[in-house]
Amino acid sequence: MALDGQKTAYKYIGTTPDRPDGLDKVTGRARYGADISMPGMLHGAVLRSPHAHARIVKIDASKALALKGVKAVVTRADFPDGLDGEDWNLQENCMAGEKALYDGHAVAAVAATSPLIARDAVKLIEVDYEVLPHVTDVDAAMKDDAPVIREGAADFSVPEGLHPNVVRYFDSGRGDLDKGFAEADLIIERSYTTEAAHQGYIEPHACLGQMGEDGRGELWVCTQGHWFVRRMSTAVLGIETTNIRVTPSEIGGGFGGKTTVFIEPLSLALSRKTGGKPVKMVMSRNEVLRATGPTASASMDIKMGMTKDGKITAAHGTFRMQGGAFPGAPVDVTTMLAFANYDIENVHHIGYDVITNRPKQAAYRAPGAPMAAFATESTIDELCRELGLDPIDTRLKNAAREGTRATFGPKFGPIGLVETLEAAKTHPNYSAPLGPNQGRGVASGYWMNWGGETSASVAISEDGTVTVSIGTPDIGGSRASMALMAAEAFGIPYEDVRVNISDTGALGVNEPTHGSRATYASGLATIRSAEDCIGKLCKRAADKWGIDPEAVIWEDGCAKPSGPNAGEFPPMSLAEIAGEMGSTGGPISGHFEDSPAGFSGSFGTHVVDVEVDPETGRTTILRYLVVQDAGKAIHPAYVEGQFQGGAAQGIGWALNEEYIYGEDGRLQNPVFLDYRVPVASDLPMIDTVIVEVPNPGHPYGVRGVGETGITPPLPAVANAVREATGKRICNLPLRPSRVLAAIQGKG
Amino acid sequence: MSKQHITATVNGDEVEFLCDTRETLLDCLRDHAGIMGVKEGCGTGDCGACSVTLDGRLVCSCLVLGVEADGAEIGTVEGIAEGEKLHPLQRKFIEHAALQCGICTPGILVAAKNLLEKNPDPTETEIRYWLAGNLCRCTGYDKIVRAVMDAAAEMREAS
Ligand code: FES
Ligand code: FES
Repeated sequence: MALDGQKTAYKYIGTTPDRPDGLDKVTGRARYGADISMPGMLHGAVLRSPHAHARIVKIDASKALALKGVKAVVTRADFPDGLDGEDWNLQENCMAGEKALYDGHAVAAVAATSPLIARDAVKLIEVDYEVLPHVTDVDAAMKDDAPVIREGAADFSVPEGLHPNVVRYFDSGRGDLDKGFAEADLIIERSYTTEAAHQGYIEPHACLGQMGEDGRGELWVCTQGHWFVRRMSTAVLGIETTNIRVTPSEIGGGFGGKTTVFIEPLSLALSRKTGGKPVKMVMSRNEVLRATGPTASASMDIKMGMTKDGKITAAHGTFRMQGGAFPGAPVDVTTMLAFANYDIENVHHIGYDVITNRPKQAAYRAPGAPMAAFATESTIDELCRELGLDPIDTRLKNAAREGTRATFGPKFGPIGLVETLEAAKTHPNYSAPLGPNQGRGVASGYWMNWGGETSASVAISEDGTVTVSIGTPDIGGSRASMALMAAEAFGIPYEDVRVNISDTGALGVNEPTHGSRATYASGLATIRSAEDCIGKLCKRAADKWGIDPEAVIWEDGCAKPSGPNAGEFPPMSLAEIAGEMGSTGGPISGHFEDSPAGFSGSFGTHVVDVEVDPETGRTTILRYLVVQDAGKAIHPAYVEGQFQGGAAQGIGWALNEEYIYGEDGRLQNPVFLDYRVPVASDLPMIDTVIVEVPNPGHPYGVRGVGETGITPPLPAVANAVREATGKRICNLPLRPSRVLAAIQGKG
Repeated sequence: MSKQHITATVNGDEVEFLCDTRETLLDCLRDHAGIMGVKEGCGTGDCGACSVTLDGRLVCSCLVLGVEADGAEIGTVEGIAEGEKLHPLQRKFIEHAALQCGICTPGILVAAKNLLEKNPDPTETEIRYWLAGNLCRCTGYDKIVRAVMDAAAEMREAS
């Protein structure tokens, strides 16, 4: 598809060069959050509540402070009062106030001269708790007799008569449901649940904070977004945002979970209390699982109607989600995206955001979308089965396309759902023969992507290279994508581009690497900054040639006269102009700042084959296919990597991963042995097909690709297990015991 | 408690440090020997980010006490390249885009090198089971397994 003003022929885009930071990352040199140290540095540790819900009656830190090497203890008393809204939520989550709200909630923090002393000191802090009744399940938390986690947490959206634990309410839809269901030949209603899953980044949270008595300082931290860290940490501490300069380390995974703060304000508070000594804090895996992340768990009711020939006539969904002890379960997105794949005239969604005694949920890859996809795509699969329809043909019949008014309101621009379905249908995986106890599942999914505040700079260097400075940490190869886009824009070799992730002191505000926005928004910013430079480079050439800058064009990395009328001059390369910069007017750089709004969503379709062992209920993934629309794949190998990584995380959520709470309200599996993410021997190769329906809102057509891939696996795997076993299981994960019970008719 | 004086060989160099008896080899390598390529992902032997070789055996350094390393030969990711020359696994990992965030990479490289020393021609399944102790949350393992197979093929050809 050729779009006005959009490039379609590329020299560098679509190639797969080595990433600029590859060498550092295969030699162990790359510095991640916990790898940074400072002279005179202290080590922090956190005391965490062992109770799911308890009033903090008294904290006595005198024994800890008496331990040799202990320099400071902070509790909530060291943080300012008077915060409100999300700032208060963040502060309360970073350090408990009157009550501990979940197992793992921070109650006090220590700084000492070694990590061992800090950990010993934590054990010496004495806390009197008055244990309160707790609730960790979303449905239980909405019942009349559920303990109230916090009065007054609900906002204006919640209708009267609901339990105070319901803190936000969503209701949206269109059309006439009764009419739609009356037109259906078959109506299916089902209830589904998904469990909380953790982002599971392999690098635990880590930071090194330094702040003086004047409330000014620095923070080194592994994060997806250091401007977010700056704003949130300073808000929690009640100081001015720009008092702290934040530098991002390399980041060992985030998946949304590193877009907020936990230990960062604590390290700064401890540092201030020690007279400005740097304080390093590194979480253990136990702390990561108990006190950060996970995504929300969900309980959902779906009702959908379909005609005999596969047209969806009406859809209704109720989504109840808990996101821990604070408002924020992504039920708004869940309701918005639940039926977004399809062109449905009559649709209605209701959403409840419910608080429970669990850690504050954090964004996790396409937050809110996978749960809804599990419920709706399972229901569609069941409709297709009962009506004897092909799941891909049925999806094609209902698929949203350019011009479709989305179930959440706006009209879609160019989108690629149909293309992904067609590519899946003709892929050999879709016709591979299946044996006994094997089954095939299909599902589609969507993520709307994001633009967000973006500021970037490109500087021409005297040696003829260009340096791109962006504010979105490189979490999966984005330096390579930026370098490719800069190389393409300038027409210079990829190797001549340097990419810098700047700290908060060097650029305007940047949102994190989140919402699948980095390649889209920082990429757009890189291209526009390059164009800004190119205008200035052309001007230098024009000045030298004594012609009008308008008469100079930029082609293949060189300034050239635009035609014979402009004069006869040999092209001047970027390197030539750069070499003379100092004497022709000084440094040349280009800038871009905006909140680009031309982002466009990405659809994907997954096909999975499984085999279920009828003796044990264990599910093995035999084949897996991801087809997804990338708009334009800048570095196709890293695009494939996003597809494969999203699929693997979704498979884990579908089959094994879950937060398990005991009767006592404590997390039962805060260790990787029991919180079981997929390992290499659990998975086959993951086949990929990159569909490219260009996004008209990006100069090269880029759509974000990071998040969509986790959405289809939950229903795709469940649909495959349905075919392999004949049993529809509506509760994830499909752990062997649950599948076996279903096979044996006990489910 | 007084600290123990430990002498070990790390990547061919003699290293000395004082270690608390509670400290793991992982802690000692990172905090006392400055070997930051070993990573901590869990501290409980479940993620493999801290993989090193101890007298030629692949271990999780978070499950070994620092004091146990006295007199031992330890190999980490920092010792995989020969001077300026990257190990084929390192080159193939970059070439195949087998890392996204890269935090698992040091441990996986150490584990994969150890595998290829024992078995120069592993099947895909053998690679997957050998690396089953090394979690990667980013890649879905596809490109990692391909990079190991490709490196193994290149090494077989060269030998
Ligand atoms: S840190 Fe040693 S296995 Fe995870
Ligand atoms: S590349 Fe991120 S954990 Fe493996």
